[in-house]
Amino acid sequence: MMNANKKRLRRTMMFLNAQKPSLIKDPYIYKPDSIMLDLEDAVAENQKDAARFSLYHALQEIDYRGCERVVRINGLDSPYWKEDIRCSVAGGCDAIRIPKTERAEDVKLVEAEVIAAEKEFNIPEGRTLIMAAIESARGVMRSLDICESSERLFGIALSGGDYTKDLQTHITGTGLELMGARQNMIIAARAAGVQCFDTVYTNLDDMEGFRKDVETIHLMGFDGKSIINPRQISIVHEIFTPSQKDIIFAEKVVKEIDEKKALGIGVFTVDGKMIDIAFYDGAKRTIDLAKASGVYKGDL
Amino acid sequence: MINAVGRDIPEEILQITGKEVFQGNHYRDGYTYKKDGPMTKCVVNNTDSKLVENIHEVLVKCGIKDGMTLGFHHHFREGDYIVNMVMEEVHKMGIKDITICASSLGKAHDPIVPYIEDGTITNIQSSGVRGKIGQAISEGKLKGLAIMRSHGGRVRAIESGETRIDIAFIGAPTCDDYGNCRGIGGKSDCGVLSYAMVDGDYADKVVAITDCLVPFPNFPAHISMTKVDYVVVVDAIGDPKKIATGAAKPTTDMRKLMMADYCTQFVVNTPYFKDGFSYQTGVGGASIASTISLAKIMKERNIRMRFGVGGLTKPMCDLLINGQVDCLLDTQDFDLAAVESVKNLKHFRISAGEYADPFNKGAVVNKLDFVILAALEVDVNFNCNVVVGSDGVITGAQGGHPDTAAGAKCTIVIAPLLQGRIPAICSEVTTVTTPGESIDVVITDYGIAINPKRQDLIECMKDVDLPFKTIEELRDIAYSIVGEPEKVQFTDKVVGIIEARDGTIMDVVRQIKPFHFAE
Repeated sequence: MMNANKKRLRRTMMFLNAQKPSLIKDPYIYKPDSIMLDLEDAVAENQKDAARFSLYHALQEIDYRGCERVVRINGLDSPYWKEDIRCSVAGGCDAIRIPKTERAEDVKLVEAEVIAAEKEFNIPEGRTLIMAAIESARGVMRSLDICESSERLFGIALSGGDYTKDLQTHITGTGLELMGARQNMIIAARAAGVQCFDTVYTNLDDMEGFRKDVETIHLMGFDGKSIINPRQISIVHEIFTPSQKDIIFAEKVVKEIDEKKALGIGVFTVDGKMIDIAFYDGAKRTIDLAKASGVYKGDL
Repeated sequence: MINAVGRDIPEEILQITGKEVFQGNHYRDGYTYKKDGPMTKCVVNNTDSKLVENIHEVLVKCGIKDGMTLGFHHHFREGDYIVNMVMEEVHKMGIKDITICASSLGKAHDPIVPYIEDGTITNIQSSGVRGKIGQAISEGKLKGLAIMRSHGGRVRAIESGETRIDIAFIGAPTCDDYGNCRGIGGKSDCGVLSYAMVDGDYADKVVAITDCLVPFPNFPAHISMTKVDYVVVVDAIGDPKKIATGAAKPTTDMRKLMMADYCTQFVVNTPYFKDGFSYQTGVGGASIASTISLAKIMKERNIRMRFGVGGLTKPMCDLLINGQVDCLLDTQDFDLAAVESVKNLKHFRISAGEYADPFNKGAVVNKLDFVILAALEVDVNFNCNVVVGSDGVITGAQGGHPDTAAGAKCTIVIAPLLQGRIPAICSEVTTVTTPGESIDVVITDYGIAINPKRQDLIECMKDVDLPFKTIEELRDIAYSIVGEPEKVQFTDKVVGIIEARDGTIMDVVRQIKPFHFAE
């Protein structure tokens, strides 16, 4: 079972309170790759059922125009998460985000509930993906286990606020306090072949700081970033869009490797750089990203 | 009779008003007429004072009587005290059957509603009304017809003698004892007195009301002593906090920013965006944001604006401060920065007539390249409604909307596709206030529609990366999200007319009635 959406483009994942109709009615107009409808922290304890109601009907009624719909369920230590999953799967969400994931078993527990809900509501098996938010030192240290815990798991995301509390520090804006977690998580995700997403940047008055933050995680290899406001979308997408120079080079690499392979040549040069088969996947990824970003009109 | 925007205007209304139906923007181009003139009582002696003790006394001196028409301006916006203080006195004197001819009326004037109900006020002519007056008119409480006309249309009506103002009351931030009025200074500083200038020129009696009497001569006068009969000093003519607000913080609402960005991208890709272009915009968040983003591109491309027109706000005045526009032409100031900017030598005051009157020898709006407007509703024929809410109640004002839309080479309307759960793009607007022939482009958060009659604009946008759609597609998206609303239900009684700029009838407004669900 391989869900074709598992590897889809996820540069931006926008948090939205699932209980707020004005927020969830048409976030797709801002063109985030994914939206993350929150049943957890954004929703007050005594409003959980109302939020589920709103979520279910939004998932059923609103055409999100290709934007991926992820639902953040309540923690596995709460009384809500199982019903959250039933409601989300019944509504037809694309993925479940598990908060405070610390072990592979957490993912397996959620997976079992998702499977049960897919059966209960006649949703094709395997349609609902899973992602895990890492919010603690323990979670970071077990990243690889978590990444390899389920075929449905498409990626992991750092939740910086809780993580820094657990680390007994705080968000500084420098990224220093997140360095270890980011590095650990991206390595684990790549080792397991899943995606990795960075934490939110909450200071909306500091768009320059946000830009620097995104540039950093882009260079580190992250697939995308969680965001809290549509104003952040264009900056992330701009930074994640390959440059024309990179696209042209990648196109040459892919074409040359395809050509030279047929001729039995393993190593050659493109624009003065030594190229071999190891460059193929990276170049393909650049082309795919360029296509998804709407800047590649070539024939690959 | 069906008019040029497809609205059926009842024969009875044509008979009562003596008006024709709207027949297109240029129907009266070249029309020739003799302007009306005021009855003037000469002041030859040098001994009489124009100062009068109070409103009551000035009403007596002006010969107030049943059936008169009183003129007011709206430069004090929601901070205005003048209309209420005059009408309270008129009511106390037992005068009936008054016509109010105001450049606009707002929620500040809710207190006059009882005077509508008791017959003190029986007719209202205004750019628009909001709040309880709108509700009262829509409920059929006004004995006569409300006439909603644009800023240019009001000047036309007065100049042509269609409306004769018996007494005009001019709230003046500063005034001397001989009636020289200025919009500047004092505690109720509103910058300019553009809408009141026609009242000064054409009303039989002109009363200046001020809360800041200054020594003679209060020069240069915005309205001259030669036109003013009496001066009344009162404690306060307005609430300064509501006259000119602090400059609005630029919006951070992404939806508005996105529409502003579409607007700017559209503007810069038209052939009109070149050195020496002209521009007017409204005061909505998206309009202001588009001025700010346009200023950036002007700087990058080294393009200067020749003149900006308004209804001005800080971002427009910043263009002048930053040397990006040669001059500003000002009819109204919406914030303190605009009021302050009036002192700039290249910030020119213009009258409402110069601004927008279709019945003079050429108004500023005819020289506009771009105007950026808003609308409550736009239909698939590009007709706009800016006066009647989707609940059928009069709740807005034409302002300069029809004037600038008709005059500008490129008229852009920005409206979110959905106003709450009401589609702003629809099959048929509740009421037509600006004809579709004036509207070139509609920008929404879901896409941009160019009026098919502007094939030239469609052609020059063909390689531009913006989300272009047809207006029908935009409507269909709106309906697919919130459904097609049931039409508002009205009685047959006409309570008001929407007058076109040239005095013909664009549409009528009917009395609302409780919604009746189909069986």
